Amino acid sequence: MIMDDFMTRAALAGIAVALVAGPLGAFVVWRRMAYFGGALSHTALLGVALGFLTGVQPELGVAFVVIAAAMMLSGLHGVRGLSLDTLLGIVAHAALALGLIVTAMLEGVRIDLMGYLFGDILAVGWEDVALIWAGTVLILLLLRHVWHSLLSATVHADLARVEGVNVGRTEFMYTMLLAVVVALAMKVVGILLVTSLLVIPAAAARSSARTPEAMAFAAAVLGAVSVGAGLWASYTYDAPAGPAIVVAASLLFVVSLIKR
Amino acid sequence: MADQQRHKSEDTLLEARGVEVRFKGHAVLSGANVVVRAGEIVTLIGPNGAGKTTLVRAMLGLVKPDSGTVTRRSGLSIGYMPQRVVINPALPLTVKRFLQLGVPGKMFGFSKKVVDVAAILDEVGAAHVATSPMQSISGGEMQRVMLARALLREPDVLVLDEPVQGVDITGQAELYRLIHGIRKRRGVGVLMVSHDLHVVMAQTDHVVCLNRHVCCAGHPEAVSRHPEFVALFGDEVASALAVYAHHHDHHHDLEGHVVENEHQHGEGCDHDHG
Repeated sequence: MIMDDFMTRAALAGIAVALVAGPLGAFVVWRRMAYFGGALSHTALLGVALGFLTGVQPELGVAFVVIAAAMMLSGLHGVRGLSLDTLLGIVAHAALALGLIVTAMLEGVRIDLMGYLFGDILAVGWEDVALIWAGTVLILLLLRHVWHSLLSATVHADLARVEGVNVGRTEFMYTMLLAVVVALAMKVVGILLVTSLLVIPAAAARSSARTPEAMAFAAAVLGAVSVGAGLWASYTYDAPAGPAIVVAASLLFVVSLIKR
Repeated sequence: MADQQRHKSEDTLLEARGVEVRFKGHAVLSGANVVVRAGEIVTLIGPNGAGKTTLVRAMLGLVKPDSGTVTRRSGLSIGYMPQRVVINPALPLTVKRFLQLGVPGKMFGFSKKVVDVAAILDEVGAAHVATSPMQSISGGEMQRVMLARALLREPDVLVLDEPVQGVDITGQAELYRLIHGIRKRRGVGVLMVSHDLHVVMAQTDHVVCLNRHVCCAGHPEAVSRHPEFVALFGDEVASALAVYAHHHDHHHDLEGHVVENEHQHGEGCDHDHG
């Protein structure tokens, strides 16, 4: 198959995001934060709107809003007898609905809503590719830096605290990294499918892994394979790329269940 | 009270003085005084909701007291065994890797100070589960592994929050024996939360009876006759315990068998029913 230029760019961008979404997604799975990730990504459309309103790049608006949301949501616990997953469900969809309304009311701007909601990986330019790779390398380095503390805090926060881990700082750092990955992954699979890129490869990696590091690595590889397979399906059958990537990851997950 | 045998104050490792903790304006614990000294087992008893875990958390620095102070001897190393640890099944983690997480030194998984994890697992009688996933080991093995994690940092004091929870009766007796053996071998101070009054009364140096405040404290025998203790646990329990404390050559376990008393326990901890 001869790769067109746009396919090369799409593959490079998608693989970079998958490499970082894998290990961070493993922590999402270990820390039971799938709903948290979902809520974060759903606020992203507000960020797009904010970007257009203030005239800065939409990506910057997204990063700003998602990080702000992460900071607010990470302090959230159940209130008035409602558990956290219920609250996150409310926040996610309220934020998305608000984002849809604000983008619809923006005057003089035509926003490619489908592109933001379901990803527009085939449209990434070389600048985006460079930005995504830089983000990926930076996030992986930072993750490596907090890996031991974060793993310890994930296994048992109090035990980690007594053993001298700065759990609050470590978890804050992780939340920030997650917010940035959500903003990056939005480019590839879109707002509505971001969580899938975090959770599905990590879940698929579980059955074959014996150590946390092996699971994180396998999640990165399976994510990259999903991006490759999804793009191939998109090229060959003209399927939408973002959803094709998610379906490919899901198939890998099913295979991992059967192999168990 | 029967405090004459307690060591001098320079042995003090960990001390809570007048500790008060509030949740949403309500004091769940007030005026709590506890001293843990080297080589001594101090046990916190009391009904559910009495503030036992809260006091332990305050003494560990996990909860900030609203008033009162917690002091530690400078450079104190604490080994902590939290209540009921459950590891997410989605996290692939062997017993050995779990223990390595507790090894001092913070770099990425591999380049760490060498600590003989295997030897410590052996000490707690859990060497056979070293390569098992954390989620597949039994309740008794789990508690032993948690104890091993607490020992990794060569602690001066062990803080054990209900160390025999989720363990069957024979396993409980073994765990207590193990803890006594460790105290003896390593000379550590032990602060323990326990529900098992019989064991507490027979094998503890100092008992603190809590019910949102310290009801009474002192030598087990004295505590078991204290009117507040009797009011809290009832006449029958109190008098039964007082009898046990008088018989210093043996006591009974929960099945009623005669168990040899403290001075023989050191030898008893070798056999392993893993």
